[in-house]
Amino acid sequence: MSVDSSVQTTDATAGAAPLLQLSGVEKHFGAVRALNSIDLDLPAGQVTALAGDNGAGKSVLIKCIAGIHTPDAGEIRFDGRPVHIRTPRDASALGIETVHQDLALADNLDIVQNMFLGRERLRHLMLDENSMEQAANDTLASLSVTTVRSVRQPVQSLSGGQRQSVAIAKAVLWNSKLVIMDEPTAALGVAQTTMVLDLVRRLADRGLAVLIVSHNMNDVFQIADRIAVLYLGRMVAVRPAAEMDRQIVVDLMTTGASTRTNGGESP
Amino acid sequence: MTSSDAPAPPSEPPAIDDLPAADERAALAIDPAVTANSLGDYSRATLARIRGGESGALPVIAGLILISILFQSLNSNFLTAGNIVNLLIQGAPFMLLALGETFALLLGEIDLSIGFVAGIGGTIAAELVKESTGWPWWAAVLAGLVACAAIGILQGTIITRLGLPSFVVTLAGLLGWQGVMLLMLGEGGTVPINDQTINDIASRNLAPTTSWIVMLVLVAVFGALVWMRETRRRASGLVAPPVSVTLIKIAAALVAGVVVVLICNTDRGILVPIEGVPWVVLLVLAVLAAWTLLLNRTRFGRYLYAIGGNAEAARRAGVRLSRIRTAAFMLGSFTAGIAGIVLASRLRSVSTALDGGTLVLYAVAAAVIGGTSLFGGRGKAINAVLGGLVIAAIDNGMGLQGYSAAAKYVVTALVLLAAVTIDAVSSRGRVAR
Repeated sequence: MSVDSSVQTTDATAGAAPLLQLSGVEKHFGAVRALNSIDLDLPAGQVTALAGDNGAGKSVLIKCIAGIHTPDAGEIRFDGRPVHIRTPRDASALGIETVHQDLALADNLDIVQNMFLGRERLRHLMLDENSMEQAANDTLASLSVTTVRSVRQPVQSLSGGQRQSVAIAKAVLWNSKLVIMDEPTAALGVAQTTMVLDLVRRLADRGLAVLIVSHNMNDVFQIADRIAVLYLGRMVAVRPAAEMDRQIVVDLMTTGASTRTNGGESP
Repeated sequence: MTSSDAPAPPSEPPAIDDLPAADERAALAIDPAVTANSLGDYSRATLARIRGGESGALPVIAGLILISILFQSLNSNFLTAGNIVNLLIQGAPFMLLALGETFALLLGEIDLSIGFVAGIGGTIAAELVKESTGWPWWAAVLAGLVACAAIGILQGTIITRLGLPSFVVTLAGLLGWQGVMLLMLGEGGTVPINDQTINDIASRNLAPTTSWIVMLVLVAVFGALVWMRETRRRASGLVAPPVSVTLIKIAAALVAGVVVVLICNTDRGILVPIEGVPWVVLLVLAVLAAWTLLLNRTRFGRYLYAIGGNAEAARRAGVRLSRIRTAAFMLGSFTAGIAGIVLASRLRSVSTALDGGTLVLYAVAAAVIGGTSLFGGRGKAINAVLGGLVIAAIDNGMGLQGYSAAAKYVVTALVLLAAVTIDAVSSRGRVAR
C-alpha cells in the first residue's frame, strides 16, 4: 500500500492550481502518529468529501487546516503560497472557515448576532445593527436560505437544518474561500439533510472550496465531486467521486485498500 | 420551513424537524418590533408572545400591580404618595445591587460578595469624608467606587485565571469582605457621615419645577433616541415597527414620567412640606440607562450574552472570555459600590449592622424576580430595577402591616422561589423544545 503514488490523481479541474495544497503533512501526539505524510489538494468550486473510520485522523486533519493543531511537518500552500496556520484567527484571515459539528451557535442570540459574533460592525462605537441585519439578510438570500421567518429570531427557535444553515451562512459571510464542515448532516432528518446538502452544493457553485467530513455514504455520493479516504492516519485515496462507489470507499475506509474497480484503481 | 419537510426518523433523537411547532416557536420568540409592519400586526404579535410565555417584563409588572392591590387593601397608607416615594428610596439599594448582580447572572455565574463589597464602598467613602481625614465628598465617593471595582477585578481574575467556580470565590468574598469591613469600622462599629452632599443623595429632592423640567428633558431624549433608531430602520428597508408604535412608546414614557413626577411632587411632609423627585431616583435611572446602553449596544454587552448562552461559541468567535468575565465582575462590584454609597447616605452612617448576606440574596432575588435567568444569557438591566421594586414593595408593605422581619424573609423567599421556578420551567421548555 504505497500511499504517495495514489494520491496524485487527476481532478476535474486539472490545470487550475488548487486553492489549498497539503503536502507531507504530519502530526504526532506523543508516540501516536495521527497523520502520516498527508497529501491533499482542495480545488476551488468543488466539494471534497473526507471519509475515514473513527480514529483515522479526519478530525486531526481538519484541525490542522483550521489552525487548531499545528502540523509537525509538511507544507500547506494556500492560493499557491506557503502558509503557516497557527491559530483559528490565522485560518480566518486566509478565508478558511470551519463549521463544527456542534455548530457553536449561542442559543440566546438571534441569527444576526450569531453570524457576526466576534466581528460586530460598529457605528459611532455602538453596534451597527441595521447594517449587520442587512448583510445577514443578503447572505441568507444569496444562499437561498428562505425558510427562516426573520433574522431576528433567536437561534433556539430554529430547527436543526435551519441552525446548520445559519452556521454555514456564518462561515460564508466572511468572504471565505474554503469552508470545512464536520458532519453537517448528522442528527438531521431526511428533508433537512437535503436542504443542507443543497446549500453545500451552492457554496461550491459560488466558487468556494468545500471540505466535508461525513460518515454518511449517501451524503458523500450525493454531494462530493472528489472523495478522499483516510486510513490509520494515511491518505489512501483521493479520487473523483465518479470513479468510486460505496463498496470501494468502505473497503478503503476499513482496510486501506480496495480490489474493486470502478474506473480507477487503488494501489 | 417548507411544508414538504418530513418528520425525523425516530432513530435520531436530536433531530428537530417538528416544523409546525418550530414555526410557532419562532413566531413567539421574535420581537414583534422586527416582524410587524403595521400596528395591527404588532399588537397581534405582542399578544401571541405573551400567550406563548415570552412575556418579558410583563409578569413582574403584573406582580407589582397585584402586590400593590393586596397591600393597599390591607392598609390604605400603602399607595399614598409619601409611601410610594419612600418605597422608591428604600428600593434604590436593592435595584442598584440587582443591577450589579445582573452582570454575573448574564454570564451564568453568581456573585455572592456584592453585599459586603457595597459595605466596603460605603465604609471607605464614610471614613474618607470624616472630619479627621477631610477628603472632599467626590474624592471619597470615587475612592470607594474604585476600591469596589478593584475588588471585582481581583475576584474576577481569580475566577477566570484559576478556573474556580464563582460561587466559591465570591462566597469567600462574602466572608472576607465582611471581615475587612468590620476591621475598617473598628471598635466604635459606626462611622457617621456629616458630609451634606453624600447625605443628600438619599434624602434630597429636586424642586417641583425642576422635577418637571428634568422629566421632560429625559422623556425628550428617550423619545429622540427611539425615534431616530426606528426611523433609521424604516429608512434602511428593514422590517421596522410602524410610526404609530414608535409614538405609542414615546407617549407611554411621557405618561410614566408625568405619573412619577405627580406622585413625587405631592407634598409628603408632615411638619414641613417635602416634595419633588428624590435625587436617588435619578441616580438609579442614570445607572439603568448606562448599563442598558452597555448591554444592548456595545460589543462588550453582546459578548456577555454570548458567553452566558454558549461560552464555547464565544471562544471560537475570538471573544477573550477571561477579559470579558473579569470586566463583568468588575462592573458588578462597581455597581455594588454605588449601592453602598446610597445605603450609607440613607442611614447617614456606616455601621457593623450592615447585613451584606441578606443584601446579596435580595439582589439575586430582585434580578431573578425581574426576569433575569440564573442560567445565563437572558435578562436586561430594567429587570433588575423592576425586581428591586417588587422586593422593596414586599418589604415596605409588610412593614406597614407590622409584620416581623421573620415574616418578611419567608415571604421574600417564597417570591424568589416562585421566580426561580418560572425561570427554570421556561428554560427547560426552551431546551426541550
